[in-house]
Amino acid sequence: MPTVAPLDLEGHCVAAVFLGDVPHFALADGAIHRLDNGQKTTQANDGLLAAFHDAANDRLITGGEDGKVFAVKAGGEVTELASAGKKWITSVAAGPQGAVAYATGKTAFVRFADGKIKEFTHPRSVEGLAFSPKGMRFGVARYNGATLHFPAAEGKPVELEWAGAHTGISFSPDGAFIVTTMQENALHGWKLADGKHMRMSGYPGKVKSLSWSVKGKWLASSGAPAAIIWPFQAKDGPMGKAPLELGTRGNSMVTCVACHPSQDVVAIGYEDGMVIAARFADAKEVLLRRPGKGSITAMMWDKEERRILFGSAAGDCGVIDITA
Amino acid sequence: MSDAQTQIPVTVLTGYLGAGKTTLLNRILSENHGRRYAVIVNEFGEIGIDNDLIVESDEEIYEMNNGCVCCTVRGDLIRVVEGLMKRPGRFDAIVVETTGLADPVPVAQTFFMDDDVRTKTKLDAVVALVDAKHLPLRLKDSKEAEDQIAFADVVVLNKTDLVTPDELDKVEATIRAINPAAKIHRTQRSGVALDQVLDRGAFDLSRALENDPHFLDAHDHDHDHHDHDHHDHDGHDHHHHHDHASDIHDVTVKSVSLHGGEMDPKKFFPWIEKVTQMEGPNILRLKGIIALKGDEDRYVLQGVHMILEGDHQRPWKDGEKHESRLVFIGRDLDAERLRKSFEACQAA
Repeated sequence: MPTVAPLDLEGHCVAAVFLGDVPHFALADGAIHRLDNGQKTTQANDGLLAAFHDAANDRLITGGEDGKVFAVKAGGEVTELASAGKKWITSVAAGPQGAVAYATGKTAFVRFADGKIKEFTHPRSVEGLAFSPKGMRFGVARYNGATLHFPAAEGKPVELEWAGAHTGISFSPDGAFIVTTMQENALHGWKLADGKHMRMSGYPGKVKSLSWSVKGKWLASSGAPAAIIWPFQAKDGPMGKAPLELGTRGNSMVTCVACHPSQDVVAIGYEDGMVIAARFADAKEVLLRRPGKGSITAMMWDKEERRILFGSAAGDCGVIDITA
Repeated sequence: MSDAQTQIPVTVLTGYLGAGKTTLLNRILSENHGRRYAVIVNEFGEIGIDNDLIVESDEEIYEMNNGCVCCTVRGDLIRVVEGLMKRPGRFDAIVVETTGLADPVPVAQTFFMDDDVRTKTKLDAVVALVDAKHLPLRLKDSKEAEDQIAFADVVVLNKTDLVTPDELDKVEATIRAINPAAKIHRTQRSGVALDQVLDRGAFDLSRALENDPHFLDAHDHDHDHHDHDHHDHDGHDHHHHHDHASDIHDVTVKSVSLHGGEMDPKKFFPWIEKVTQMEGPNILRLKGIIALKGDEDRYVLQGVHMILEGDHQRPWKDGEKHESRLVFIGRDLDAERLRKSFEACQAA
């Protein structure tokens, strides 16, 4: 039976990550709580809006209402990476070679490891940011499509067009596909080699959480009363194929998904705070946490594949131990 | 759970540059009224108050990809409201200031069309600030000025000290001709009482139309409003002269006020659905109180373009006449056809 070690915090949990194997919970008020021989707290942004787990550097990148970008490392070390004035930092991402991207309004910035900052302005607001796993390249989700920049080189960006408002963006782990979340209840994707479109629609709600399974074979998503898992094994992605629907419930929507680091298993968090794990092969489910106070907003597996962190909109967070 | 938290009221402030929006915002932020406001502005600009809860946001109008031409939302507001609502408890209400030329419709529709925004907030009222001296000119050179008035629940007719009483009456008559359902307040230096612009519940179906004398009279297309002392404007004793309105302004927005008896729900609902589907792009606002045959409750309706909301409001009072009223404010509306088809929905 899995056991849950609860951590009751005050406020909306934006990110829950392992840093140096220690559970860290980043809340909307900018407090970073960690469970490191007892509960300890440090402060990042005054109003934390966006967070990205930089796995390669074992740190959490945060951006917020104070117009600042911070790097939070294990042990609670908080470093200011950039400041963009009075406007909100609405999106952050981390890329190769210690590069960090952040956005405010219509401008995306890339900060290289040496501290140099490059600016990319767009005709419309930058809604989402993601780095490609390969090469120095990042994508911007925007109104009517996505824009790909090559920040280390001069030259024109690549524009990917699709009508509608794109609010978030993610590269597949092999860098072959880009998927955006949309203001409408749908995902859109492009195969980068030939620009082929992928429409993934039919969600009853907005998709806010995406997670690629090991080696990018599947893409798990929220936005329905089940986790919707799109197959990406074929060279044209999920086109013409039906997605898996795992963890279907009649009374609660899936709000967060996190794929297992090495197996075809996904942790599914719901609007009512319940967390389960489901296996792709046979749709078998295991209850990990009973419903709580708030919808699940963040989850992460540890490297040993033993623990899952979860955070909620109401602050009732915790650590699930699946081996206990 | 998110639905357990109360919905935060949102006031939308429209008006041309120089109409007095900043002055009003400064009052909202600085006066001692016991409520805390988060304010979303386009530019920090002239608001001389340092406050963490003033958020600058670039106006982003997003067309929804569902084939409906009038389904537009403000994408930036979705993001800002979502961000603000991650830390509730810091403020009691939100004010959205729009740019001078802004179309109020996408702002309002954001609060109906986005599920997240809709569960956490509710549109309270759209308030238009109007400069008494410059309005005639504004109406001549822009469609937006007219739209802002047409769409408003409350019109603050500001800078009344810059015009003669005659001019002021004419301006007010023009406003009234564009929007017979709005409350109008005459002020100087944006000196309207804040409780007249905040927490109005204009989109709240349970409160809507309850304190709306103009709406209730609006069926009377002769506009004989001489007996309206019960809603006089801060003591100004004046008459409306609707027939004089057009000499300052060729009104392209018009209102169609319909008046009928008890409606047959089997006829009325399909009709109103069809009207909002077909005429949606032309309808800026609609409001109605409907008496349904065999129903103990008043049915209230409101709409923005193709968005239609309706609900039972309260039981009819003893002695209250069971009658139906519906006002459309919009462009290119076929008044005769609306009237005839509305009347055809009456219960036999």
